[in-house]
Amino acid sequence: MNTATRALSLQVLRSIRTPLQYKKPPTCCSLAIVQRGAATFTHPQHASAISVIPTLVDKSREEYKENAKRLGDLTSRYTELHKRLALGGPQKARDKHVQRGKMLARDRVTALVDPGSLFLELSPLAAYEVYDEEIAAGGIITGVGTVEGVQCMIVANDATVKGGTYYPITVKKHLRAQEIAQQNRLPCIYLVDSGGANLPNQANVFPDREHFGRIFYNQARMSGMGIPQISVVMGPCTAGGAYVPAMCDESIIVENEGTIFLAGPPLVKAATGEVVSAEDLGGGRLHSSISGVTDYLAVDDAHALVLARRSIGNLNWPGQASAPKVFEEPLYDLDELGGIVGTNLRKQIPVREIIARIVDGSQLAEFKRDYGTTLVTGFARICGHQVGIIANNGILFSESSLKGAHFIELCCQRNVPLVFLQNISGFMVGAEAEKGGIAKNGAKLVTAVACADVPKFTVVVGSSAGAGNYGMCGRAYSPRFLWMWPNAKIGVMGPEQLTAVMETVGKTVDPELRDRIEHESDAAFSSARLWDDGVIPPAQTRQMLGLGLQVALGGRRDEIVTKFGVFRM
Amino acid sequence: MPRATILPLSTPYRIALRSPVVAGGPRKQISTSAPRSNLDPLDSILIANRGEIALRVTRTAAQHGIRTTTLYTNPDAKSQHAHSSQWAFNLGETGAYLDQDKILHVAKSQKCKAIHPGYGFLSENAAFARRCTEEGIVFIGPPWKAIEDMGDKARSKEIMNKAGVPCVPGYHGRDQSLDTLAQQAEEIGFPVLIKAVRGGGGKGMRIARSAAEFSEMLESAKSESKNSFGNDDVLIERYITTPRHIEVQVFADKFGNCVALGERDCSIQRRHQKILEESPAPHLDPRTRNDLWQKARAAALAVKYEGAGTVEFIFDNDSGEFYFMEMNTRLQVEHPVTEMVTGLDLVHWQIMVAEGRPLPQNQEQVEAAIGTRGHAIEARIYAENPAKGFIPDSGKLLHVRLPMQTENVRIDSGFVEGDEVSSHYDPMIAKLIVRGDTREEAVRSLALALDEYEVAGPITNIEFLKRLCKSEDFMQGAVETGYIDKHRDELFTPKRLDDEILAQGAIASFFQSSFSKSPSPLRASNALAWLLPYSDFQSRSFHFLYADEEPKLGVKPNPYKVYLRQTSPGRFSVSILESQTFMDVACSANFDISTSTLTTYFPSTRLTSRVIIPPSAIRSSATLPIHIFARGSLYRLLPAPPTWLSAALGVTENPNSLLSPMPCKILRVDVQPGDVVKKDQALLVIESMKMETVIRSPGEGLVVKRVVHGQGEVVGSGVELVEFEDVGEKLDS
Repeated sequence: MNTATRALSLQVLRSIRTPLQYKKPPTCCSLAIVQRGAATFTHPQHASAISVIPTLVDKSREEYKENAKRLGDLTSRYTELHKRLALGGPQKARDKHVQRGKMLARDRVTALVDPGSLFLELSPLAAYEVYDEEIAAGGIITGVGTVEGVQCMIVANDATVKGGTYYPITVKKHLRAQEIAQQNRLPCIYLVDSGGANLPNQANVFPDREHFGRIFYNQARMSGMGIPQISVVMGPCTAGGAYVPAMCDESIIVENEGTIFLAGPPLVKAATGEVVSAEDLGGGRLHSSISGVTDYLAVDDAHALVLARRSIGNLNWPGQASAPKVFEEPLYDLDELGGIVGTNLRKQIPVREIIARIVDGSQLAEFKRDYGTTLVTGFARICGHQVGIIANNGILFSESSLKGAHFIELCCQRNVPLVFLQNISGFMVGAEAEKGGIAKNGAKLVTAVACADVPKFTVVVGSSAGAGNYGMCGRAYSPRFLWMWPNAKIGVMGPEQLTAVMETVGKTVDPELRDRIEHESDAAFSSARLWDDGVIPPAQTRQMLGLGLQVALGGRRDEIVTKFGVFRM
Repeated sequence: MPRATILPLSTPYRIALRSPVVAGGPRKQISTSAPRSNLDPLDSILIANRGEIALRVTRTAAQHGIRTTTLYTNPDAKSQHAHSSQWAFNLGETGAYLDQDKILHVAKSQKCKAIHPGYGFLSENAAFARRCTEEGIVFIGPPWKAIEDMGDKARSKEIMNKAGVPCVPGYHGRDQSLDTLAQQAEEIGFPVLIKAVRGGGGKGMRIARSAAEFSEMLESAKSESKNSFGNDDVLIERYITTPRHIEVQVFADKFGNCVALGERDCSIQRRHQKILEESPAPHLDPRTRNDLWQKARAAALAVKYEGAGTVEFIFDNDSGEFYFMEMNTRLQVEHPVTEMVTGLDLVHWQIMVAEGRPLPQNQEQVEAAIGTRGHAIEARIYAENPAKGFIPDSGKLLHVRLPMQTENVRIDSGFVEGDEVSSHYDPMIAKLIVRGDTREEAVRSLALALDEYEVAGPITNIEFLKRLCKSEDFMQGAVETGYIDKHRDELFTPKRLDDEILAQGAIASFFQSSFSKSPSPLRASNALAWLLPYSDFQSRSFHFLYADEEPKLGVKPNPYKVYLRQTSPGRFSVSILESQTFMDVACSANFDISTSTLTTYFPSTRLTSRVIIPPSAIRSSATLPIHIFARGSLYRLLPAPPTWLSAALGVTENPNSLLSPMPCKILRVDVQPGDVVKKDQALLVIESMKMETVIRSPGEGLVVKRVVHGQGEVVGSGVELVEFEDVGEKLDS
């Protein structure tokens, strides 16, 4: 790899030098001008050629074919899985939902966003194989969509999945959506159609800091920061759920469908003996004309979504960040990534081949190319946005860690977003490494990552193990988005190392534990638990990063200055 | 000026150029020997008209170095003719094109030597022509006396009878009592034609087919002529059942020369107004043709005619007889047809005659030219709705694309894209004139040119014209004034709406509203994938109504549903499940916003069409259809209002009401709540674009529940006029 790059660079350099040989034209004129040197003009094509990453992909090689097949199989498994989960709840529940004249959750999202715009869905695998029953997408659809030209966080309950009730994963997914909204300053639209907390799971939903109550805490804090909160009540909002619309800046309710009350009719009857219908207790007409809990009354879902779009149109929100309209596509076929990476993580993945299929024009201005070569760092552009790339190309040594820390400092100085391509089994171990201060040098990298306040993005393209996860901006280091490839594995260590370690300390390895570790390292297992924001096909990485950058760089940054006195409500 | 004296006065023309122009005033004769010393070169003309004819006159004037001054009114301030000259003057209110004082004032203050009146407005106003002459301005038209003679229909027929020109049997008497008129009608024999004495252009004209309907028709004719001409005298004539309208273009000069520039067949008419005119008239034997020309020249000479005129005959297709109808003492709308078959510029001839020069050609020369120039046909492009009885339409021209103009394809147009077709004036937008070596070729060329003619905004008759010139009998030359009525089924059936067209409507709507107007260049992967940010989760459904399908009263139209899902930028899956052909395909499409061109690659065909989506900034855009010009046809799709809309707006749509077909004024209400009405019974009379329309009952035995607007009220289009008790089954479908 390195030799190849160098060979090319030399070639380029040679070609640049060629014109210099004509420095001595035959001086036929008798005018005695003193011969002197001249500044060179370098053609931009030659100048940029030194940044182009060459590819060594040979599609005819058996290894490539084998890799492509394995990853292809894995990819089609994920495609099928996503397709199935995207249907939502069971057929019966969906039919019933549609018969009531309501739109399905994904129909609602489609109708809400601008036609032809991008919708960046988050964690569609949430709750997959987490509970005994299937809770498709965690019963909630979240993602960043464009509404009237404004990028918004959309949170839509899927009432066909267990009545839209909140399982622990549902809460986590809702909170993660709010976290992304807060970090990136995205207006929030809640399409509420939920029966509230899932009571059998109440212990894991209600009491803790990051549980149900945090939703409303976030709403209040975000509204305070000037991040608009809009809700559309398209189904029940009972008890705690009632606070979603109640704490929004503006709320829309669908008549005869949406209800908001602290206690439903059965509980009211039990508590006070009062007999009242749901519509009279907390229907759209009541809340829009008497209680004032909601602001707009809609005839049906479609109408409500048009009203929501109008509300967003009135946010006076700045349009999308002026993302460069023209940029180069990578030089190489994105679909070759499958043949490059395969599924066997014990084999080294040539990370420059991956970078070449993510960045504009496959150009990377590599920083400290020949130092700490197991970490590739450099400047590039993704869909026109400048980024700093930090990618593993082997185990992290002291030098690579220092190089990474240095590069992060550069990016933070210049306010350049960071993209981490993670394929790390850890920092180097052993006497020599420790002697070289790997602990303190690794810590420098971790410190730099933790403190870097520029938008960070992480893609796990291979393994994510040990402290390497920290140094390469794992979930705990708050990247704006973290995605995994289907071949990726995440865990303290791989099953093989685990076996070795166990045997060393004199314990026999339980094959069941081995299998469990294997299973728990899987990308789907991770995504189901929201350790990431979704498993993405490798060929999609560039699009997702481009979109993520757009999300991170958009939004309102200016301070809102109005200060109110205290008014009695 | 002193330089003139040292210039050699080589030609009489030069002398005349420098001579004073005030007619009737002292005329300084510089050279008595010059043969045409009284020539009065008209180097500056005021055009007392608007629209295409004003531009037409300007064009010829410019070719001959004549300065033009144009006039406009407040609603016409931004029109093309007002901008065609540096010298443009505002007459003020809408009706001011008839304001003789103001027009003469402008002419004098601008030192215009002549006024060209165009057609309509003051063109056949004898009083105005007389005033011009008396005030020293040349009126480009016949002498006022000739206008007067020909303007009075009864008098003109007396003159014609004397000159040996045959007239239709009829009553032209002064006694206008109902009894006399009815009796005369009886004598002439039904069917009879009732016509305003001062009328023209089909206004104040009615046919009474039996004694029973005579009085109603008479009243209607009288009321319309009273409104239009300020005089309700009528004449009655034999009504010829299969008549053709054949007219002869004549030209006469001050020296008693008169030529016939061929005839025009203008039989294809609607509302008694011409829409297709051609020359020569099809299937006319040479003897009759010659006779027509002779009689036309005789008619012109009988009134000492000068300039351009048209002698109109009614030709009885059954007997081969023809009768004088009237003489139009002006340049006519359809004059380009004659220009195409003679190779002449009639406006230039008008100017030459007005200058006092003799006709440049004699009858033999004209006939020789006609013999070599084949066939010409003109189609009038109107902003009007053929499906609704040709009622005029108005509004902004959102898109105009003309056929390629060549030696044989000519367009005289008064409007360009972005102009407003005003409801105050005639709704004619343009004239399309084509020439071919034979009639077949001319008709084919016309059809082709119409296919390329695109107008979006107000509804036009272009689609109707296309069907007309592809109609078998028309192609055979079997024309008659009743042609449109007799071929109703063939001419008024809208084209079937294909799935591809519906798909185009949906795809264009999608692109139009998509946030990123052009698809981002992001390269999509071909491999299997999920989490595709470009791919819609679900199809969006687009609901359209076919605007050319007239909804029936009491029946809520069923919208066409198109399901569209973007799978990647520019790629879609489209399904139209409730159609005969059941479309369910994947296709790719691109939409060039700047040219409104949508190209879609369906699995088996490519379709490129121009799709004009009315901008939402236009107030009435919800009621303006999407125009799709595809493969030579226009399809108009109305986005069907969503089901929630009426509830959200708090209005209830009443299928039992009759809506106004256009913005109009209610002239008369003939029914009261509680009335039981017959089918086609007159309910009320409305007026729009100076035309009366009777709103009739759509069904038998309907009970009027409410008359929403009273007499004299001005209402917009689509406004409820009459509400019935539940209509139910009483409508014939």
